[in-house]
Amino acid sequence: MAPAIEVSGLRKRYDELVAVDGVSFRVDHGECFGILGPNGAGKTTTLELVEGLRRADEGSIEVLGMAPWPRNPALLRRVGVQLQGTAFIEHLSAIEQLRTVTDLYGVERPRAAEVLEQVGLTDTADRDIDDLSGGQRQRLSIACALVHRPEVLFLDEPSAGLDPTARRTLWEVLESVRAEGTTVVLTTHYMDEAEVLCDRVAIMERGRILADDAPAELVRRLDAPTRLLLPPHAMTVDAAAAVEGVDEVALDEGALTLVTRQPAEVLGRLAALDALDGLQVRSGTLEDVFVSLTGRELGRGEHA
Amino acid sequence: MRAWRSLTVAMWKGLLADRSALFFYFLFPLMFLVLFGLVLGNPDLGRITVGVTGEGPLIDNLPAEVLTVERFDDFDEAVAAVRNGDLPAAIRVSGPVVELRYSATDQVAAGTVQGVVQSVVGQANLAASGAEPTFSVEARQVEDDSFEPIQYLTSGLLAWGVAMSAAFGAAMNLVIWRRNLVLRRLRLSPVSPAAVVGARVGVSLAIALLQGAVFIGVALTPPFGLQLRGQWWLLVPLLVAGTLAFMSVGLLVGSLVKGEEAASAAVNLIVLPMAFLSGVFFQIEAMPEAIQTLSWLLPMRHLSAGMLDVLVRDGGVSSILAPVAVLLGFATVVTLIATRVFSWED
Repeated sequence: MAPAIEVSGLRKRYDELVAVDGVSFRVDHGECFGILGPNGAGKTTTLELVEGLRRADEGSIEVLGMAPWPRNPALLRRVGVQLQGTAFIEHLSAIEQLRTVTDLYGVERPRAAEVLEQVGLTDTADRDIDDLSGGQRQRLSIACALVHRPEVLFLDEPSAGLDPTARRTLWEVLESVRAEGTTVVLTTHYMDEAEVLCDRVAIMERGRILADDAPAELVRRLDAPTRLLLPPHAMTVDAAAAVEGVDEVALDEGALTLVTRQPAEVLGRLAALDALDGLQVRSGTLEDVFVSLTGRELGRGEHA
Repeated sequence: MRAWRSLTVAMWKGLLADRSALFFYFLFPLMFLVLFGLVLGNPDLGRITVGVTGEGPLIDNLPAEVLTVERFDDFDEAVAAVRNGDLPAAIRVSGPVVELRYSATDQVAAGTVQGVVQSVVGQANLAASGAEPTFSVEARQVEDDSFEPIQYLTSGLLAWGVAMSAAFGAAMNLVIWRRNLVLRRLRLSPVSPAAVVGARVGVSLAIALLQGAVFIGVALTPPFGLQLRGQWWLLVPLLVAGTLAFMSVGLLVGSLVKGEEAASAAVNLIVLPMAFLSGVFFQIEAMPEAIQTLSWLLPMRHLSAGMLDVLVRDGGVSSILAPVAVLLGFATVVTLIATRVFSWED
């Protein structure tokens, strides 16, 4: 089966700045593909090229077997794009926004209430968009993209600026979309979002894709050591260093950290020493993958 | 068709929720109508008031449509008023002698009063001699009897009001929808550009016709005294063509300019001078010859001239063909330019 999206050798330059510098990837049907990277990495430009909002300088793009540029209504009927939470017609209520979208796509009108239900906004149907919270607007925005039952859904930084509760709710909505078999492509600069939502993640920086794989596979390939965190006074630094299999020990105000590549064995030995109280285990994360690939911090938890 | 209808409804709701736009489109032109129609259009202002002492047929024969009489018991008082500049001239009739005192500061008024008094005295002399007049003057106003400044004002102000609303509406719609990404939403949906533009055209035309109805409705009331005769409905095709012409100006501004304030300023900068140069607020004949000629390059001149022909000169279908053709041609050219410079995104 042909992939849902096939991109190869994509380049886009703005004056002196090369925003996208030779990007290639493919996304299979029903897959959730994430483009992860810091602000300014070229994620949004890549997404807009694939959506057909911009014209690529070089390279080829096929979405559902069609070129997105120039504007192709036949393709537009089959893809949905979630726009930022401001992209609403002024002075219309939530349900009116969705009804307008059903008219734009020629979809039956009751579908508006259906998608509103899907994103959990039935109670706010008659509220003016100005009176919705940031998270509600974001979900309404996803509802607008889902009205015509797209086969591919694009999301650009879907949870940017949302508080943790609103993010969880949003993720649940996206899980339900995935469960329907929709192919999802999203950009994010949140590691946890990529890990929770995506089957596959492309790590992007300075217009290039540095790695492209399942999150777990990326972490495994990193071969990062496991960190065992104990309360600071659980044992002495020397005693900890003496445990077989511990490669490194560090003590700071918060914790005594044991670094190891044999976590199972070390845990067994700590249990024998009765030193498991308050233990936390940290294995490698996408953050570590990013740091090892770029030598930079991604800016975890940053709300940009 | 559904997309067109839905977008029309959305644009219409946007308009109704925008109080300042409603004021701007409907009350603002009416304020000018009140200002010019009631205050400046007062026919008394065209007449000259003279101080009069004494009685007699000479005084009774002073033409009331030119001179208003203010009575003075004491001629010296009247002359003092002329000196002060309160009156342009004073007249005393005592027996066969008419004394006229005038001020050189208002030479036009003084000249008019002298001419009128001389002519009244001359006629009285002729009548006293018992001779039949050898020469006579038969004068008639060229406009029909209903002619009043209000007919001029209505055509000019309505042209201006419709031009403003059409240009503003289109420019603002474009700028706001680009800024809040509704344009992007439309671009990403399979809707045809014709449906989007068509919705805007429909809403703009509806506003223009409503403006015309409200404006003419108010002008028809007694304080203003507009009269509609003959083929006044020819105003409708003029309003439609004028709306399309100024909508294209709005589309061009909205395509070139990014911010709302900048778009508003740009529309004003185009439409307001155009209104002045087209003689919307006063009669174009008062302008220098060069500007009158130049004004024919402006679409508003054609719109207001077309309306003037219909309202004042009883023009028929043939009188609006040229203005409508010019306005539609203007709309086509400017719209083509607008599509060239149009951008979906900031």
